Amino acid sequence: MTPPVLPHGARKLKVATVSLAGCFGCHMSFLDIDERLLELIEHIEFDRSPLTDIKEVGHCDIGLIEGGLCNAENVLVLREFRAHCKTLVAVGACAITGGLPAQRNHLDLGGLLTDVYRSRPSVNGPLHARGVVPPGGISPLGAARRGLSAGSSIPNDPELPLILNKVHPIHEVVHVDYFLPGCPPSADAFWSFLNDLMAGRTPHLGHGLMHYD
Amino acid sequence: MTPDLPKPEGASPSFSLDGEDVPFTPGETLLQAATRAGHYIPHLCWHPEFSAHGSCRVCSVTVNGRPGAACTVHASPGLEVQSNTEELNGHRKTLLQMLFVEGNHFCPSCEKSGNCRLQATAYQMGMEGPHFEEFYPDRPVDASHPDILLDFNRCILCELCVKASRDVDGKNVFAMGGRSLGTHLLVNSESGQLVDTPMALEDRAMDVCPVGVILPKRRGFVIPIGQRHYDEKPVSQWVEEGKE
Repeated sequence: MTPPVLPHGARKLKVATVSLAGCFGCHMSFLDIDERLLELIEHIEFDRSPLTDIKEVGHCDIGLIEGGLCNAENVLVLREFRAHCKTLVAVGACAITGGLPAQRNHLDLGGLLTDVYRSRPSVNGPLHARGVVPPGGISPLGAARRGLSAGSSIPNDPELPLILNKVHPIHEVVHVDYFLPGCPPSADAFWSFLNDLMAGRTPHLGHGLMHYD
Repeated sequence: MTPDLPKPEGASPSFSLDGEDVPFTPGETLLQAATRAGHYIPHLCWHPEFSAHGSCRVCSVTVNGRPGAACTVHASPGLEVQSNTEELNGHRKTLLQMLFVEGNHFCPSCEKSGNCRLQATAYQMGMEGPHFEEFYPDRPVDASHPDILLDFNRCILCELCVKASRDVDGKNVFAMGGRSLGTHLLVNSESGQLVDTPMALEDRAMDVCPVGVILPKRRGFVIPIGQRHYDEKPVSQWVEEGKE
């Protein structure tokens, strides 16, 4: 059956993508669809994305979100995406559950920053607080940080986004339409998922494409 | 089918599971009979070698129109059981999502990934996301034992290790403590540490855990991706082939 001829041709779907508290691995896995990207680009055009130079997200059909929420800027960007995208997709383990970055959730944030940015390990730092290091002892992490110059401190310029007390998955802040699991989702999972979405089907990942790891 | 006719001599009684006849031996539960006959009813806390526990509820079915756990309902002739329906699988997905948010199931860094029954069952039920808010529990790891590691944040309270250690190993290493949301797996030693128990790598309790709580040290990530148990085929297929 020949498709109906549209007077102006079929409109390409607008797709925006972003990495919040992500590692860019989901974007890399997306690019792993390789030469199928050329076929994809016949049907979609990218709006704001790390792959384009567009600074603000415009009205889009699909928003692909990689990464969880770890700082204030992540939350602002996520809300912008939700407001502009008809369909919002949580891509990868971080966006879906917080992912491995959420393993910091049981540590004290102040202690973590102190351990990383100050040359002396803090006595109240997370390693001390959890009894990993005896009181007064030097934490292994703190010792490794001796390479920092004297007087280094936790960055406090207002230009920098404040870090959230805990890492959160994105569905705890905005409504999410679909989840594409994996760390990262495989290229074939991206391909199958996007083809389903573009065809107006509810995406379905069968055995082999459905992975959390 | 005419229910009034007596069964021919020697034929085993049967019940109906999703419209198919499943033979059973008197005394068997629905789940035992179904699994033996190669029918997959999703389950986590049931293991063929141990008594039913009934905590995970993933095997919930409809028996003659009423809900029941397939692991505890005894088979009887002529029962009409529904298991593989959209509604029941939807309930199962919700139960799995509850288990996932209750623990720290960070599969990408878990040594059990690919060999984990919880994960495989979630794949089977098409669980794409967690739906509920994450709990992010903070139960310290027990790394006191020279050969064995315990990560309590992955425990789904199935009690299989408790039974295996008590009934098979005769060591009684594990127990359940606390109430309600505070319920947790604990180690039966005065210090509460695994090193102060007779637990050993050869114990049956080592490999009954359906998730990644009880792990041998220095042996993680030895199976290449693609060759792990549930990489090969989904959990339903293992059961249907009678190999699990």
